[in-house]
Amino acid sequence: MLNVFKGRPKYATVRPQEGSERKDFPDNLWTRCDSCGRMIFNKELEKNAFLCLDCGHHFRLTGRKRLAMLTEEKDFEALPPLLAVNPLAFPGYPEKIRQAQEQTGLDDAAIMGKTAVKGSPCILGIIDFSFIGGSMGSVVGEQLVRGFERALKERLPVVIFSGGGGGARMHEGIFSLMQMAKTAQAVGRHSRAGLLFISVLTHPTMGGVYASFASLGDVILAEPGALIGFAGPRIVQETTRQELPTGFQTAEYALAHGMIDAIVPRSKMVDYVGRLLLWHR
Amino acid sequence: MQAFEWEKPVLALEERIAELKQFVDGAEMDFSAEISHLQRKAAKLRKEIYENLTPFQRVTMARHPKRPTTLDYINLLFDEFTELHGDRTFRDDGAIVGGLALFEGLPVTVIGPQKGRDTKENIARNFGLPHPEGYRKSLRLMKQAEKFGRPIITLIDVVGAFPGIEAEERGQGMAIAQCIEEMSFLRTPILSIITGEGGSGGALALGVGDRVLMLENAWYSVISPEMCATILWRDSSRAAEAAELLRLTPTDLLKFGIIDDVITEPLGGAHRDHAFTGMQIRSFMRRYLATIMKIPVDRLVEERLARFRRIGKFSERSLADL
Ligand SMILES: [Zn+2]
Repeated sequence: MLNVFKGRPKYATVRPQEGSERKDFPDNLWTRCDSCGRMIFNKELEKNAFLCLDCGHHFRLTGRKRLAMLTEEKDFEALPPLLAVNPLAFPGYPEKIRQAQEQTGLDDAAIMGKTAVKGSPCILGIIDFSFIGGSMGSVVGEQLVRGFERALKERLPVVIFSGGGGGARMHEGIFSLMQMAKTAQAVGRHSRAGLLFISVLTHPTMGGVYASFASLGDVILAEPGALIGFAGPRIVQETTRQELPTGFQTAEYALAHGMIDAIVPRSKMVDYVGRLLLWHR
Repeated sequence: MQAFEWEKPVLALEERIAELKQFVDGAEMDFSAEISHLQRKAAKLRKEIYENLTPFQRVTMARHPKRPTTLDYINLLFDEFTELHGDRTFRDDGAIVGGLALFEGLPVTVIGPQKGRDTKENIARNFGLPHPEGYRKSLRLMKQAEKFGRPIITLIDVVGAFPGIEAEERGQGMAIAQCIEEMSFLRTPILSIITGEGGSGGALALGVGDRVLMLENAWYSVISPEMCATILWRDSSRAAEAAELLRLTPTDLLKFGIIDDVITEPLGGAHRDHAFTGMQIRSFMRRYLATIMKIPVDRLVEERLARFRRIGKFSERSLADL
């Protein structure tokens, strides 16, 4: 199993025991492609960067699998970990957190650390959808801000892969909302110092994540087919009672409407991000 | 006037007092003892009811159809107002109003979401739900204020940004993000007042103030109680329970350090006495504007950033420590 937090064993946020990882794609099983319906053997899916062998559909990745595709584990130095508390005493929240921790082996939805992508040093962040929908509570907000602050101090670029479902972590109420301001301001300080932020939108990036730091990249990229938007499609449909246009809120739709710079397939992502980083060195 | 179920006993008493008074005008009999008895009783009942409102009762007060809207407040708070329209890119969004105003002789920029009172107004105002161009207009006016060194007052009453097809196509999320980010660094004093509903990113987009005040019967949260109830129990009718969980009242938010002060409303809510509510807000504005206008602008921006930087509750531990 991948030990992504080497170099800071004291702070290991990934639980060491085997089998703690989310079993979205258990070995020796098949998964049906949401897009074309083909049945794919999971081991093959893993070998192919979780892209459908037929249609190229991008399956959702866990944060750690994505990390492994972007950098070498020996090169990743994680920020000190943080754990969620229950600021509103919201019933069921601690259990939800614990369950997500057990399923993912992560402390919370954000993986943040210093690393190098294709040889270019940067602060890299990944928001993992499998941890309560990749929602942004106090921990995710603080980790992002610390990442940008570290980058500012060391004059490094920041690359964030967002996959934050609904965006907000409802159980933290107003504290979750305020992370939008906090993260947007961290981007602002970093940006005003003339430093590069590459925001990569993966499926799905919505709500408060999209309406804060994720929208503020110097360059905004997206994976093919990723859902990108502020209000969820169901809410839009219920409110407007209109038929949603084909491909509404997909990466392709966002590109056509001028909201993102480019769509980059997963297989080309490391090279693409690496080249951008290189050109800004 | 539309009445809530829980305030009907008070309203019945008030009606009876009014009747008696009317009767007295034309009669020789002396009802003064009975009237003053009823008045004392009504006052006591009023205090009991309105001082112990549940969070959801406050939410319903915040949505009262007779509650002052942003344009009503602008009328009540400023000596003069000149509305400025448009985002210079797409169109003028009626769901957000803004412009120049004189506050006790001081030129300021005022901006706020605008709800309608009847069907016609609601259509023009899109039920008070802004599109991206509304946020872009706000940002334009805020930058204009910065250029001319005017303080900014934002009056916030919005359940959320509009969840529509065109709003998404024109970058609702991006417009909100840009508003939040740029507002944070503006080199001019900003006073934000949540007057009614403070729903999610659509409210925060105008809420990055040096001081954030809130009316007594306003709410502010990441999600509306109805949406929260839908997510939790697939039942929006359980909004009252959700309102309890979300801790969205000014009392809670003051305790959490999210807001700086609570502006008292007349007993029974702002809709019962617009003029008095206006006077209350004026006195808070006077005090808080004087404070933030005295702070040198470099420090002001640093303090504004620091204010939001420290919001968040977490523990500096790891699973590995447990
Ligand atoms: Zn396929």
